Amino acid sequence: MLLNRLKAGGPAIAKQGILVAFILFMIVFSLMSDRFLTADNIMSVFRQSAIIGVMAVGVTIVVIGGNLDLSVGSMLSFATVLVVDLHDKIGPELAIPIMVLATLCLGAINGFLIGILRLNSLIVTLGMLSAIQGLVLIYSGGQNVDIVDQRGTWFAIFGRGSVLGIAAPILIFGLMAIIFHVIMSTMPFGRKVYAVGGNPTASVFSGIPRSRVVFTTYLISALCVAVAAIILGSRVMGSQNNVGQGYELQVLAAVILGGTSLLGGAGSILKTVLGVLMLAFIQNGLILMGQPYYTQWLVTWVVIIVAVWLDVAAKRGRLFSPIA
Amino acid sequence: MSNLTDITPLRWLMRNPIWGFVLLVFIFFSLMSEHFFDYRNFQNILVQTSTIGLIALGMTLVMINGNIDLSVGATLALAAAFAVDVQSWAMFATWGNWQILPAVSLALLVGILMGAINGFIVWKTGVDAFIVTLGAMLGIRGLVFVYTGESSFYAMNFAYSDFSALSVGPFPVLALIFLACTLIVHLVLSRTVHGRNTYAVGGNREAAVNAGIRVGPHMMVNFMIIGFLAALSGVLLSTQMGAATPNLGRDYELWVITAVVLGGTKLTGGKGDIIGTLGGVLAIGILRNGMNLMQVPAFYVYVILGSILIAVLFLDKRFNRTANGGLRL
Amino acid sequence: MSDQQEPALRLKGIVKTFPGVRALDGVDFEVMPGEVHALLGENGAGKSTLMKVLAGMHQPDEGQIIIAGKPVRMTTPIEAKAQGVVLIHQELSLVPEMSAAENIYLGELPLKRFGRVDWTTLFERSNAILKRLNCNFRGEVTVANLSIANQQMVEIARALTVDARVVVFDEPTASLTDAEKVVLFEIINDLKARGVGIVYISHRMDEIFTLSDRITVLRDGAYRGTLTTADTDEDEVTRLMIGRSLDLSRDTAEHSLGEVVLEVRDLSCAPLFKKISFSVRAGEVVGFYGLVGAGRTEIAETLFGLRSPDSGEILVDGSPVQINAPADAIKLGISLVPENRKEQGLVLSMNCRDNMTLPQVQNLTTGPFVSSGAEIAIFDKYRDKLEIKTPSWRQTTRVLSGGNQQKIVIGKWLSMHPRVLIVDEPTRGIDVGSKSEIHMLLRALAAQGYAVIVISSEMPEVLRVSDRIVAMYSGQIMREFTAEQVTEDSLVQAISGIRTSEVA
Repeated sequence: MLLNRLKAGGPAIAKQGILVAFILFMIVFSLMSDRFLTADNIMSVFRQSAIIGVMAVGVTIVVIGGNLDLSVGSMLSFATVLVVDLHDKIGPELAIPIMVLATLCLGAINGFLIGILRLNSLIVTLGMLSAIQGLVLIYSGGQNVDIVDQRGTWFAIFGRGSVLGIAAPILIFGLMAIIFHVIMSTMPFGRKVYAVGGNPTASVFSGIPRSRVVFTTYLISALCVAVAAIILGSRVMGSQNNVGQGYELQVLAAVILGGTSLLGGAGSILKTVLGVLMLAFIQNGLILMGQPYYTQWLVTWVVIIVAVWLDVAAKRGRLFSPIA
Repeated sequence: MSNLTDITPLRWLMRNPIWGFVLLVFIFFSLMSEHFFDYRNFQNILVQTSTIGLIALGMTLVMINGNIDLSVGATLALAAAFAVDVQSWAMFATWGNWQILPAVSLALLVGILMGAINGFIVWKTGVDAFIVTLGAMLGIRGLVFVYTGESSFYAMNFAYSDFSALSVGPFPVLALIFLACTLIVHLVLSRTVHGRNTYAVGGNREAAVNAGIRVGPHMMVNFMIIGFLAALSGVLLSTQMGAATPNLGRDYELWVITAVVLGGTKLTGGKGDIIGTLGGVLAIGILRNGMNLMQVPAFYVYVILGSILIAVLFLDKRFNRTANGGLRL
Repeated sequence: MSDQQEPALRLKGIVKTFPGVRALDGVDFEVMPGEVHALLGENGAGKSTLMKVLAGMHQPDEGQIIIAGKPVRMTTPIEAKAQGVVLIHQELSLVPEMSAAENIYLGELPLKRFGRVDWTTLFERSNAILKRLNCNFRGEVTVANLSIANQQMVEIARALTVDARVVVFDEPTASLTDAEKVVLFEIINDLKARGVGIVYISHRMDEIFTLSDRITVLRDGAYRGTLTTADTDEDEVTRLMIGRSLDLSRDTAEHSLGEVVLEVRDLSCAPLFKKISFSVRAGEVVGFYGLVGAGRTEIAETLFGLRSPDSGEILVDGSPVQINAPADAIKLGISLVPENRKEQGLVLSMNCRDNMTLPQVQNLTTGPFVSSGAEIAIFDKYRDKLEIKTPSWRQTTRVLSGGNQQKIVIGKWLSMHPRVLIVDEPTRGIDVGSKSEIHMLLRALAAQGYAVIVISSEMPEVLRVSDRIVAMYSGQIMREFTAEQVTEDSLVQAISGIRTSEVA
C-alpha cells in the first residue's frame, strides 16, 4: 500500500507531509544535540505529551465529525479538581467513577446542544469553556485542591507508576490512541463519523443517524478528558482550579498539525499522535539546544501554517490562493 | 442599516435583543445594589469595558468578513511590552515625557504589523483564518516571551501610568478613547465603501469577487485594523497597570468573541454591527461589575456568561430558522 | 435588423472541455443590437457553460468572442461588464444583509471624500433604476427582506447600471409571478428598443415565442442551428432540441408486472404538494414529470422519511406504514437516489467502496469490525453489474465522472436489495453516453422486479424509461398517462397546468 502511494508521486508525498516533517525535525534535533535521541529523553517526551495526547485523541474524533471542541481545557480543570478533591473524601475507588460520570455529563451537554439541537459547535463549546471554568471555581471555592497522603494511595500509579519500565501515562496514551484508532478505522462507528463529517446531508440521505453520531463524538471527547484528568491528578497529586486553561488550543494545534481538516471528514488518530509528538519533540529539542522553552511557540507558529498551507495547496493544485 | 427613521424603539430592541438584556441587567443591578447606580461606577464600567471593547470592535469587522482572529490576546501583550519597554530605551532618555510618544507609536505599529501578517497569510495561502490566527496566537505569545525574557516591565515614567487616571471634564480618558473608537469604527462600517464591502465579502464572497472587490487585500486591511485596536487596548491596559506582564491578555480572545457573538454578529459572516457589539461588551461589563458589587464570587459570572452565550445561539436558531422547507436533515 | 449591421456580440467556434465532458463543441452564436435571441437546449446541453464563457467566468479552449467587431478576451466578470456584457444569474448573486441599492452598485458604490459612500447619489440612481423596473420597493430596503421575485429584480437592476451592449437573462422567470413577468418583458422590450442585444435563456416555449426574434438551439454541447422565430413553430424547435433521432422506442421487451408494492393515498404536505395519490407495481417504471418546483422531489423526500406529511397514507405491500426517518424507509425497502449527487448522494471525500456500503456498514461486520472482504465483494459485484469505471475501490468519489458517481449511488441502493427504487433526476449533468446507459439500467432493473419511480425534468428521459407517466404541476398531479397514451403535447400541457377533458 505504501509502495502504491509512493508510485502515485508528488501529491501522495504531500499527503504524508506531517510524517516527512516529523522525520526532518528528528534528524535536525539529533544532529544538534546528542542527548536528543536517547531512550531516556524519548521516554520523557512521550510521558510529557501523554495528557495533551489523550485529549487530542478525543478532539480528533470530534473534528473528523465536522465539529470543534474548545471546552476540553476547562473540562480538564473540572475533572482533575473533582477527582483530586473526592479522592480524600470518598477514596479513589469511588472518586474515579464519579468524576468520569460527571465529565461524561458535560460531554453529553455538548453533544445535546451540538448534535441534537444543531447549534454551532464553536460558540457552544466556547460558552461551555466559560461555564465549566465557573463551575470549577464554584466547586472549589477558588481554592486549589490536593491529596494529603501522596505516598499511600494506589491512585498514584496512573501518573507515577510504570509497567516493564514504561511509564503509566505513556501506556495509557498508547492504549487510548490504539483503541480509538481501531474504532475509527475499522468499526462501523468510525465509518459513520467520517461520513457525517465529510457530508452530513449525504449521510442522512444514507440513513445514518447523524445526531446520534455527533452526540457520541462529544461523549468520547469527554471520556478522553476524564482519562487525561486521572493521569494529571495522579501525577501532580493536586490541582489548581485552572489547570487546563489554554489546553484546548494546544490540543487543537496538535490535531491540525496532524492533518485533520477542520471541515471534517478527514484525519486520523495516528497522525494526531504524530502531531502531538512533533510539538513535544520540538519543545524538547529546542530546550536541549539551549533555547528558552517559549521559542517552541514561534516554531509551532511556522510549522502549523506551513503544514496546513501545503495540505491546502496540494488539494487545490496551486501554491497560492486564487483570491485576488 | 442607514434607515433609522421609521423604527420604533420596540422594533429596534427586537432587532438588537442584546440591548434589551443590557437594559434588564442595568435595572436589576440598580435595584439590587445601592452602589451600582452611581456616576463613579458608570465610569468604572466604561473603563473596565474598554480593554475588551476596543478589541471587540475590530473582531466585529473580521467576523463580518467571515474570518476570526484568535491572536488578539497575544498581540495585546506584545504591544503592551513594547509600549512600556521602549520608553526606557537609552536613546529616549533625554526626551522627558515625550519618550512615551515613540514607545506608543511603536507598540501600535507592532499591532498593525501582526494583523498584517495574519491577513497576508490568510490572503495568500487560503488557509482558514481560524488556523492562521491560532498559530499566530501561540507564535506571538512566544514573541512576547522572547522579547520580555519572561519578566514583567514596569513603567518608569509616572506620566505614563498617570495617564489612565486622567479625565476630560467628568469623563475618564480611557472611556473617551473607547467611545471615540466605537464611533469611528461604527462610521467606517456603516458609511464607507470599505465598511460596506466588509458585509459583501462576508455575506456572499462569490458575489463580491464578481463585483470586482479585491477580497484578499480587503480582508488584510481588517486584520490590520484589529491588530491596531488590540495594540491600543494593550497600551491602555499597561497604563492602567503601570506595567506589562508577559501573560497579559490571556483568554481575551474568548471574551472578545463572546461579546461580539452576544452582539449578534454571525460567525459565518455577512451580519453584525458595532451597535450590537457595544451592547455585548456592555452586557459583560455590567454583569461583572454588578455581581462584583453584590459580592457574588466572580466564578458565577463565568457560568452565567457561558449560559447566556449558548442561550442566545439557541434563541437565534429558533427565531431565524433557515428555510430548508422542513426537510429533516 | 439589417444584414449590414455589425452583431453586438458574436461567438465563433467556441470549444470548452471539462475533465470527462466536452461541454461546448464548436458553438457559433450571435446577437444583433436590438434583437432578442433565445438560446434553447435541454439541461446539460451547454447553455450555462456558454453563458459563463460569455461572462468571463470560464475561458474557452478554442474559438473567438467578438464584441462590436473586435475580438476580445475576458478573464473576469468585471472585464465582461466593462465590455458591456452583463449576465443576470439564474442563482441569485446577492448579499442578503445589504440594501438593494448597495447590491445594485456592488463593487462600484459612488464615493465621497475619505472613502465614504455617497448615499444620496446611490439611492437616487438605484431608485431611478428600480422605478424603471416598476418595482414596488425602494433601494433602501434590505435584500434579505425581499421576496425571491424582488431579489430577482435587484439582480436585473444591475444590468441597468452600465451602458450594456448585451444582456444575458438566464431563466429569469423561474421565480416570477405572471404580473412580474409582464414587467420583465416590458423591460426587455425597452432594452431592445434602445439597441441592446438580449440573450434569453428559458425552457418555456410560450415566453420564447412571445419575446424572441431568433432562436438558437444547442444539443449535447453542439450548435444545432438558428431559426427565425416568425418562420418557425414549436414543433420544429422541439425536434431540433431533442433531435430527430429521439429514441422514443422504449425497451419494448415486455415483462409482466407484479403486485402493487407502493401506494400513496391523498398525501399532502403544505405548501409543497397536496392530495397526491398513485401506486407503483413491481416491475414497473413510473415517471414523474413536471417543472422544477412542482413538488416531485418533495414527495420522494416524504416517502424516504425526510419530511413529515400533514395527512394521507403510505402503503407498502398493502399495509399502511409510518416512515419517520430514512432508516425506516430503508427497512421497508424504499431507496432514494437523490437529486443532487454531490450534496446528497455521495460523501465525496470517501472512497468508492465506503460510499457504496454506507447504509449497511453497521451490518457488514465480523465481530465488531467492518468486514473489508464483504465490502469489497459488494463493491465488485455492483462495479461489474453497473460497469462502473474506476481504477480501484480506493479511489475517492470526488474524482469520478458524473456518470460513474451516479452509478455508485445507484449501486449503493441496489446493494440494499430494495423493493422500491426512487431515482430523482438520474442523469442531471451526465454526458450523453452515460445517460442512455442509465436509462437502460433503469429498464433492466424494472425487468428484474424492482418497482422504480423516476423523477425527471427531461421529457425524452421520461418518455424513454416510463411505463406510466405522472404529470405534476404546482404540487398537484394533473394527469396520469400510460406509455401508449402519452404525446409530447399533452404532457407539456399537463405540466403547464392546463387541464384537458381527456380521461387519463
